[in-house]
Amino acid sequence: MDAKAHKLDHDIVEFINQCREQEHPDSYLIAVLHKVQNRYGYLDKEHMAEVAQRMQVPTSTVSGVATFYHFFRLQPKGKYHISICLGTACFIKGADKVLDAFRTELGIELGETTADELFSLDSSRCLGVCALAPVVLINEQVFSKVSAKQVPQLLNKVKEQELV
Amino acid sequence: MNHVDIWIDNTPVSVAADKTIMQAAEQIGIRIPRLCYHPELSIEGACRVCIVEVEGVNKFLASCANKVWAGMRVKTNSPEIRQARRDIVELILDNHPMECQTCERDGNCELQDLAYSQGVRERVFEGKRKRHAIEASSASVIRNAEKCILCRRCVRVCSEVQGIHNLSQLHRGFHTVVAPAFEDAMVDSVCINCGQCINVCPTAAFLEKPHTEAVWAALADPKKFVVAHTAPAIRAALGEGFNLAPGTPCVGKTVTALRRLGFDAVFDTNFGADLTIVEEANEFVHRLEKGENLPLLTSCSPGWIKFMEHFYPEMIPYASSCKSPMSMLSTLLKTYYAEKEGKDPHDIFVVGIMPCVAKKFEAERPELCLSDGTPYTDAVLTTRETIWMIKAYGINFVHLPDGEFDNPLGYSSGAADIFGTTGGVMEAALRTAAEKLTGEPLTDLNFTEVRQAEGLKEATIRIGDLDVNVAVANGLNNAKIILDKVKAGDKQYHIIELMACPGGCIGGGGQPYPPEGYYVLDREINKLRAQALYSIDEMKKVRTSHNNPFIKQLYQDYLGEPGGDKAHHVLHTTYTPREPRGIK
Repeated sequence: MDAKAHKLDHDIVEFINQCREQEHPDSYLIAVLHKVQNRYGYLDKEHMAEVAQRMQVPTSTVSGVATFYHFFRLQPKGKYHISICLGTACFIKGADKVLDAFRTELGIELGETTADELFSLDSSRCLGVCALAPVVLINEQVFSKVSAKQVPQLLNKVKEQELV
Repeated sequence: MNHVDIWIDNTPVSVAADKTIMQAAEQIGIRIPRLCYHPELSIEGACRVCIVEVEGVNKFLASCANKVWAGMRVKTNSPEIRQARRDIVELILDNHPMECQTCERDGNCELQDLAYSQGVRERVFEGKRKRHAIEASSASVIRNAEKCILCRRCVRVCSEVQGIHNLSQLHRGFHTVVAPAFEDAMVDSVCINCGQCINVCPTAAFLEKPHTEAVWAALADPKKFVVAHTAPAIRAALGEGFNLAPGTPCVGKTVTALRRLGFDAVFDTNFGADLTIVEEANEFVHRLEKGENLPLLTSCSPGWIKFMEHFYPEMIPYASSCKSPMSMLSTLLKTYYAEKEGKDPHDIFVVGIMPCVAKKFEAERPELCLSDGTPYTDAVLTTRETIWMIKAYGINFVHLPDGEFDNPLGYSSGAADIFGTTGGVMEAALRTAAEKLTGEPLTDLNFTEVRQAEGLKEATIRIGDLDVNVAVANGLNNAKIILDKVKAGDKQYHIIELMACPGGCIGGGGQPYPPEGYYVLDREINKLRAQALYSIDEMKKVRTSHNNPFIKQLYQDYLGEPGGDKAHHVLHTTYTPREPRGIK
């Protein structure tokens, strides 16, 4: 990607400038990072470096904050974003094993994206459909009572769709 | 300040109300064990090693982070505290490699000492261990996160003292790691190679890149003519490695030790320092007369120079173009000296003995290489590495007879010796510039106004009919302060000395780990080291760089005029803005 593609949008720059006029400008770092992630789907290194320069907050601090909070993604979402519910009910019903199966099958960890950018993996807390536990969300689609065994099938189905 | 009465282990203590429990205990001679605490850095309270029991408080308190209160009853060594403290150390060790025998800091490690003093005699907890690769991309500083215990001293020194903010804690919990932003390699970061992270680290999570093997190999190679030259600050600190009291000058023994190690010739970086002053004073007088590019910023400290390139590239035109004393001398060795001795510069192996870790980076700068890419300085040994080599060889340093440097590149004025301490370059430059500007010898050579800067010092010096505004800064947070003042333009500064390390080179990142009773960044030990240098200066016959007879000879025989074409070609260099840009 060329450098231009990484420039922050004008309105985000505007927001940063407003923050800098506040009493404790550094305290707006998280708010700024949220804006960036909402816009681009994740926190790109170049974007974080630009935030650091514009806010005059050390780049290592920005990097520290971005890696500390689980909500911040450091890789772009995949075309198919898989979210595994790790709420109490799902967990009791074996969501941890389902998660392990996804990890093994995709070769990525939570918060990561496959090299072909097809799949990304995340966890969520209770989605409010505990009767269907364990629940997996792939983009908008809900899969219920998922077992670890079903995971390869599930992924194959998505990949087949992809070929059509 | 109000005093309060408290009891520590049943001993009554009257202590200022703003003191911490740890400080109060020190007042009665009790040193509470500690790890993350450092007297020159902010309070972290992360390691919990310094916990104490306080009557009426239902949890143990970190004595570094809690102030005293009236009537407080403290127990520093109850059975419960001793047990809890040992548990804490055992838990830290559980996630530590325990490779003491093969570790660089074996015998010189705060964690090792702590484990011993707390009575840890077996491995109690066996848990998951963090795994990180050694990051050795930098020319100067190696990062080994596996040995890190997350005390954050490096993070604090990098931001609070140096203003670099290169290091931060990334990720969380078990995965926490101290690294530059985005876990970038050190070589791609804003690290300026000062090595203060190495100095404050209680373990071996940061170390200098070793050059010892390369030097042993060169010494064993019959085709190589191996020469050493020793920086001013070495003579004030090397003895500490052999249990000599801090501040014991040991230049003669150092020369002998280097000869015993097998160096074919031993020169003095001081000669390069004298040369630096002649060139820099010339540059300064020129700028002063023309009113151009003022203030002149000194250029001896490679940490400061890289800092300027990352953080203040707009100041590059103000920096002196003089190479550092090390690079001036190394250049002369591979040009002038090689020609004179009829040697191929490629057969000469030049080793700088430096108090500095950033010099390793400086040695690799392409601007400081022969046109075919051969570096002028082949290897840089820190004071620590030099001490280790002398010990490894089995040389009984303390009983060595004094030796003399080889000449002509081994004779120096007293002005060169004081280069090793804050204010020294300034004083040396003022001695020469003043005599040059007025055309008369100075009656008093001591510019005490610029000595012993605790971070930052300004003065106005009357030279002839000129008021010269000078400033001295050590520690890069202080450099920021003075450079921002320059940029604000409130006052016309004429010359500014900048040193990356607190106290100047004597407090450099390659200096010995402090002996018992002292700590890293200790102003007291730096005072003693500085006194050693001032005493050497006082004793010298020649105390101004331009009156060094061998310097005069060198200009006559080889360099021409100070600042002339030849001198410029051999002794000056250039700087370039660097990415990533630092945050001021």
